[in-house]
Amino acid sequence: MNNHINIALIPLLPLASFVILGLFGRKYIKTFSGVIGVGSLLISALLSLQTAYQYFFVDGKLNGVYQKVIAFKYTWLSFSDSVSIDMGALLDPISVMMLVLVTFVSLMVHIFSLGYMKGEERYSTYYAFLGLFTFSMLGLVLSTNIFQIYMFWELVGVSSFLLIGYYFDKPSAVAASKKAFIVTRFADLGFLIGILVLSFQAHTLDFQTLIDTLSKPQTIGSFMGVSILTWGLTLVFMGGAGKSAMFPLHIWLPDAMEGPTPVSALIHAATMVVAGVYLVARLFPVFSVDEAALTIVTYVGLISALFAAVIACTQTDIKRVLAYSTMSQIGYMMFALGVSKYNGEEGLGFMGSMFHLFTHAFFKSLLFLCAGAVIHLVHSNEMKDMGGLRKYMPLTNAAFLIACLAIAGVPPFAGFFSKEEILLAAFHSNKLVYGVALFTSGLTAFYMFRLYFSIFWNKEAHLHGEHHGEGSFAMKLPLVLLAILSVGAGFIPFASFVTADGAALETHIDYAFSAAPVFFGVTGILLAAYLYKTENARPQNIANTFGGLYQSAYKKFYIDEIYLFITKKIVFNCIGRPAAWIDKNIINGTINLFGNTTVKLSESVKTIQSGKVQSYALYFISGALLLAALIIYAL
Amino acid sequence: MFSNFILSLQHELWLFALIMLLLCIKLGSSEIKPAPLLLGINILLGLNFVSGFFFHHSGSLFSEMFISNELKDFQKNILNLGVLLISLQSFVWLKSHQHIIEFYVLLLSSLMGMFFMISAGNILMLYIGLELSTIPLAAAANFNLDKRVSSEAAFKFIISSALSSGVLLLGISFLYGATGTLQLTELSHLIHNTTFLVFTLILIIAGFGFKISAVPFHLWTADVYEGSPVAVTSFLSVISKAAVIFVFTKTLLTAFDPLQSVWPTIISLLALLTIITGNVFAIRQQNIKRLLAFSSIAQVGFILIAISSNTVTGSIATVYFVLIYLFSNLAAFGVVSLISAVTGKENINDYKELRKTNPMLCWVLTIALFSLAGVPPTAGFFGKFFLLMSGAPNNNFAVIVIAALNMMVSMYYYLRVVKIMFMDKNENPVEDIKIPWYSSFALIICVAGIVLTGILSGSYNYIFSIH
Repeated sequence: MNNHINIALIPLLPLASFVILGLFGRKYIKTFSGVIGVGSLLISALLSLQTAYQYFFVDGKLNGVYQKVIAFKYTWLSFSDSVSIDMGALLDPISVMMLVLVTFVSLMVHIFSLGYMKGEERYSTYYAFLGLFTFSMLGLVLSTNIFQIYMFWELVGVSSFLLIGYYFDKPSAVAASKKAFIVTRFADLGFLIGILVLSFQAHTLDFQTLIDTLSKPQTIGSFMGVSILTWGLTLVFMGGAGKSAMFPLHIWLPDAMEGPTPVSALIHAATMVVAGVYLVARLFPVFSVDEAALTIVTYVGLISALFAAVIACTQTDIKRVLAYSTMSQIGYMMFALGVSKYNGEEGLGFMGSMFHLFTHAFFKSLLFLCAGAVIHLVHSNEMKDMGGLRKYMPLTNAAFLIACLAIAGVPPFAGFFSKEEILLAAFHSNKLVYGVALFTSGLTAFYMFRLYFSIFWNKEAHLHGEHHGEGSFAMKLPLVLLAILSVGAGFIPFASFVTADGAALETHIDYAFSAAPVFFGVTGILLAAYLYKTENARPQNIANTFGGLYQSAYKKFYIDEIYLFITKKIVFNCIGRPAAWIDKNIINGTINLFGNTTVKLSESVKTIQSGKVQSYALYFISGALLLAALIIYAL
Repeated sequence: MFSNFILSLQHELWLFALIMLLLCIKLGSSEIKPAPLLLGINILLGLNFVSGFFFHHSGSLFSEMFISNELKDFQKNILNLGVLLISLQSFVWLKSHQHIIEFYVLLLSSLMGMFFMISAGNILMLYIGLELSTIPLAAAANFNLDKRVSSEAAFKFIISSALSSGVLLLGISFLYGATGTLQLTELSHLIHNTTFLVFTLILIIAGFGFKISAVPFHLWTADVYEGSPVAVTSFLSVISKAAVIFVFTKTLLTAFDPLQSVWPTIISLLALLTIITGNVFAIRQQNIKRLLAFSSIAQVGFILIAISSNTVTGSIATVYFVLIYLFSNLAAFGVVSLISAVTGKENINDYKELRKTNPMLCWVLTIALFSLAGVPPTAGFFGKFFLLMSGAPNNNFAVIVIAALNMMVSMYYYLRVVKIMFMDKNENPVEDIKIPWYSSFALIICVAGIVLTGILSGSYNYIFSIH
């Protein structure tokens, strides 16, 4: 049996780091802040690994099926005679997997920040916030009931608000953190109502009982022609979609890149943004009995995956490209859940989704950390300020390349295996989803390598004067570790550990099936290489092809034309711009419309509040009489 | 027997002694320095609050006119705490005021009225308590003697409350006419679902609705809140609302139990109207006191949702929320009153860059506003969540959805203040205020309450256990 003190310590250590640094960091132990943060996370990560080992290999299984184990639980308050709210820790394959993932990535980010954030004035505050965030995320993962998950969910929101707005003297950072907070709050409102609906249906807040009650076939009332269960699940999903930046609630994610880059690696790659996927996975037994809710999950995920991939092709800020890419990959995880069923072979989508969540965390946080190292060097987020950096940062170059290959789905890198499962699941359940997913995977490869070539190749770098290369050892170590995992994580026999129903799943790589995705991926890479790899070598190649007829200057112009035509004219004008337009006008517009209407409404009712007592008395009496008439005659 | 008498009336006797002491001081000596006087009063109020926790007695006096039990004791203690906090916070304002003793006599008389109202076993007793709690407040509202708005506020308050009392009294007479009794316990057997009694019910709801500023009986609120001294405004918006809500819940749940097919609908309707109106008005306010006034209207709407559930759980959630609301609102009013007393600034735009000049006040106000907006992990979130959760079973989900959407709207105007304080630039910010320790003590209690009432489940469990 897992020692529950160890499990409790996993989230509590980062909390302790937050409390210590929050109280004493600024004045007394500023220089040690990083060490304290890293130390607490290191112990947490080791404990998580130990817990995972214990769970997966020693005592988690019963008759070949992984059990849900309540490690500990105490009643926090009894709300009414029948409903009580507990705080505790639930261990099952997905929560144990997330424990390892969150503590590991967080540890990497803590270490990386030792170098990256060195010399910042609010260094200890930064580590305190990181600790708070990690604590909330771990609490979320371990939640035993839906109220606990909501609380930690909000706490995650608050701490990410603090981290995004870390540079609070920068107006754009402040605006971004506000936007993130408000959009996710709006989504959380749906979650809140969803909780009320589900808990009212099941008469409990406890996950286990809630799932048992609701996943049985039953007669449930309907509201506006849709069953109450679908309403509840859709509303809960709305919360998840907000956190996971799913279309159309994704608008906060690109702006959130204003935070320090390691924060993006932690929050916007591996942990917070997948909370929505985790939530759906946690409630998956209930989702799987409700066809309508699952369909919504599928299509929201699919649209997000495609939409974000298209936008990513047009962005020039490297962090924004990564942000859209994250959104696209999370879209994958979502629709994989959507096409999945609960039991046995048909649960492949669930398994693929979790697998992709796992591998994606490594290579995406690696990408962000590399981007951080690049930004650290050139002091800009724009692609045009980069190029040719491979000579200055060979290690980052290699790591970034590995991560790009992983996300593009090239075997044998990690992303290939997980994407494979997702595509296979989609292929078996819905050909449309499969087709779009396949196309998107090609796009993914294209924009990732566009990014890669623009940063590390393309043109000669012009770095002047003193520069610090790739930074200190603290900044290199995480890159190496994450790069190793980006290669190796795919070989983990994930299906025998994490499945929807807990029983191991047989999977094998079907080479014939793999051909299509790999072909799309490689095509994308080649296209990107053709367009972006060099500024100087390409004219040479084309000159050779066409027999050296063209003068190099003309060829350069010609290449520029192709470049301009493809990105600006075709991609940007025909697809990117409308997509951005929808993003800006329809989605932002709708939200602004709500705001403006309310403001106008309040303008027009202001006259009622005139300050005259006589009219107040009139309103009072007529209000009472109107109410009386309404109640007596209308009801 | 005699000890039971004392124990049942312990809160009232304490207050009586306090009022008498203050009157003796007033009559006895001509010149007392304000500082020691205020210190003495605050210590006594503190003792009053602490002593309220020690003894409980369940029983009735004066042929069931007066009932005491642990829940009522707890409710009275919530009010005691509120008065203590307000008294601490108004130190700066009162220090330079000439009529300190009168001010306290008025507030404590009003509090006495509330205690009788909470303990009332008979509607007539309830009515007397209600009047006793209202009339001194009209005088207190006029306490900025040199300001015209203050007199206007007092005048509006007394006229409007006379009207509402009239309506309430009409309802009570009808009730007596129909049933022949005013004893709360007996009423529940004698009330039947007739049109006449439904009309009576509405009159009574209107009367109570006035006191808690439920829409459409709320129009006096903004003017009175804005014109009165901040101490009175916070008393009106927290203490008197809390007291009436306790009594209102009790009355509906017990006496009007036979009409339970009718009144939950009315209350849900009022709840929605109240939440929406409060929010819509609050959005445009430029004066921070007015903003808090309208937002407190909206807060009451949320309480009404829980009351409309017609369950004990709803009543528990109500008491719990009132406790949290008291901490949050008094923290906000505490900051506002301090700034207003020192600088006279009450406009939201005056609070720009408060973070730079007064970081402590700025943070307290931020925490208070977060709690009022219901952002976890502040207590306000737990309070709101429990209100909605207890309200969910008996309501159409549309009610809950609208209420939840309004939480979003309220988020907007609360966070606007936070944004202004932290981010906007100001040529002429509020100067660096030296916080007197009375105020900091009160603010610390409030912030501790906001943080701990939610996270520690003890207070909810206690309220649950005494219901």
